[in-house]
Amino acid sequence: MPIQSRQFFRSAWILVVWLISAPLQAGLDIEIFGGGTTRIPIAIVPFADEHQLEQSVTAVVGTDLERSGLFRLVDPEDLRPYAPVEIVYSDWTDRGASALVIGRTILMPGGLVEIQFRLMDVARKEQLTALAATVPMTQLRATAHRIADIIYEALTGDVGVFSTRIAYVLKQGDRYALQVADADGHNAQSIIEYTEPIISPAWSPDGNQLAYVSFENKKPVVYIQTLGTRERKEVANFSGSNSAPAWSPDGKRLAVVLTVQGGSQIYLINADGSGMQRLSRSSGIDTEPSFSPDGRSIIFTSDRGGSPQIYRMSVTETENSMAERLTFEGNYNVSPDFSEDGRSFTFINRNNGRFNVAVQDFGSRQMQILTNSQFDESPSFAPNGKMILYATEIGGRGILSAVSRDGQTRQHLSIQAGDIREPAWGPLAK
Amino acid sequence: MKKLLGVLMIGLLTACASTTEQSADVEDRAIGANGGAGDASALDSGSPDFHPLQDPNSILSQRSVYYDYDSYSVKNEYRELVMSHARYLRDNANSKVLLQGNTDDRGSREYNLALGQRRADGVKSMMTLSGARDAQVESVSLGEEKPSAVGHDESSWSQNRRTDIIYRGE
Repeated sequence: MPIQSRQFFRSAWILVVWLISAPLQAGLDIEIFGGGTTRIPIAIVPFADEHQLEQSVTAVVGTDLERSGLFRLVDPEDLRPYAPVEIVYSDWTDRGASALVIGRTILMPGGLVEIQFRLMDVARKEQLTALAATVPMTQLRATAHRIADIIYEALTGDVGVFSTRIAYVLKQGDRYALQVADADGHNAQSIIEYTEPIISPAWSPDGNQLAYVSFENKKPVVYIQTLGTRERKEVANFSGSNSAPAWSPDGKRLAVVLTVQGGSQIYLINADGSGMQRLSRSSGIDTEPSFSPDGRSIIFTSDRGGSPQIYRMSVTETENSMAERLTFEGNYNVSPDFSEDGRSFTFINRNNGRFNVAVQDFGSRQMQILTNSQFDESPSFAPNGKMILYATEIGGRGILSAVSRDGQTRQHLSIQAGDIREPAWGPLAK
Repeated sequence: MKKLLGVLMIGLLTACASTTEQSADVEDRAIGANGGAGDASALDSGSPDFHPLQDPNSILSQRSVYYDYDSYSVKNEYRELVMSHARYLRDNANSKVLLQGNTDDRGSREYNLALGQRRADGVKSMMTLSGARDAQVESVSLGEEKPSAVGHDESSWSQNRRTDIIYRGE
């Protein structure tokens, strides 16, 4: 008993420290709503000696899995198997768990931690997958995300995105910061800060660079910044406005929106800013390009038909190639983003003054509205296509939210003070 | 921590830079007002105490064109305002204006940037058709990024759907 209560106090203390330090790191808090009807019941047993660590690995794994909307956490209560031989499978079938996660943590010299983890199939009483890794104490969260990815992939057959990063713009007072954070909102870091607006961050396909639009020169100009070195360069600063950067899948080119020849039209430039070439040619507004995964076409917003709608056009053919209209419901469909499998796109649909996240398959051409909020903006697919990150508003404040592809699960990621907008979900970690 | 300080330093430097530019604008204003005073006689309207652009009784003191939701067409009630500025530019070849198109904050930021550009371009087109030279008029967009009213209701939104006419040096 004394040992257990000491453990309790230690973890309680760690929790308190985390709560106090969270606002200083400007970390994001997460709230989860709803949940799919067929969630996988999974029990995660706290790893042996985990209380000695600065960060509970299993807590992070559990939160990751839960917020995907595909898992239901089963409470292990006081059961503590750490090795397969210690598992009494009937305990877990009784609790309704179909999967079980167990493991150990071992403190090593030099601030290193060895983490052993196993994923067990409760019905078959066998191991599905396992991992042993020795990592520095600072990498505990990253390792937990890796474990969550392994579990997600083993049980759903899809790639996990818990190790990916997101970019967004944080406005605090009259300051704007372009920030990058882990997909769960932790480890937020400012890439650049200004007193003028920043919009439209876009990840390079390798995840090493961000393109974005800054108003620091009193007009919109497109920059590319390398995350590792903080080095940045101006890639589109033509006469007029320069905005809406989108990377080609090979990372060699950007589609951008320029007004240099009059009107907002889509152009291609090389990633170093050279080789400007006009792509769209309409008398209206053409903006918000997004490349198909094969790089052969773009979808974009255009008001050429009288109201803003989503269109698709070829990138490989001549600039005069016909654009095909894709959306027909409502008189305001904007901000398209291609899914990674190229089969669907997400966008914002306006209906009766509400702006909501929608998805549409290229095949069925059916639009499905996924949210019921008031002011959603900037939807961005997760690299596995299972979640969509977007900006919305609660109580007049901008926050980030994510919705599952089927609309069943939503989560809010909020920050202590400030407005968050313009999210972009980064690529899979290489 | 060093990295964080680096970012903060960049932020501070930027803040300083923009402050310097603002004070430069203020100096320009003084020069512009004096320099433009000679042109005032070209206009018969307005009281002699004011430069015509500043005379509250002159339509030239009105500098904003407001729009309906989703629209970039200049409403009839603002046509005389735009035409008056066009005539002033025609008669004062050294004057230049910057047209800043703005939108309310609903919907896509990028689409709003393009819509603001379209609003400013529409005013520019009216001005150049009425005698202003192309080189005298530059149209840019601030989209929804620089609202003049921050409320979340129609009265704020209608103030933000706007093209501002800003004379260079003012």
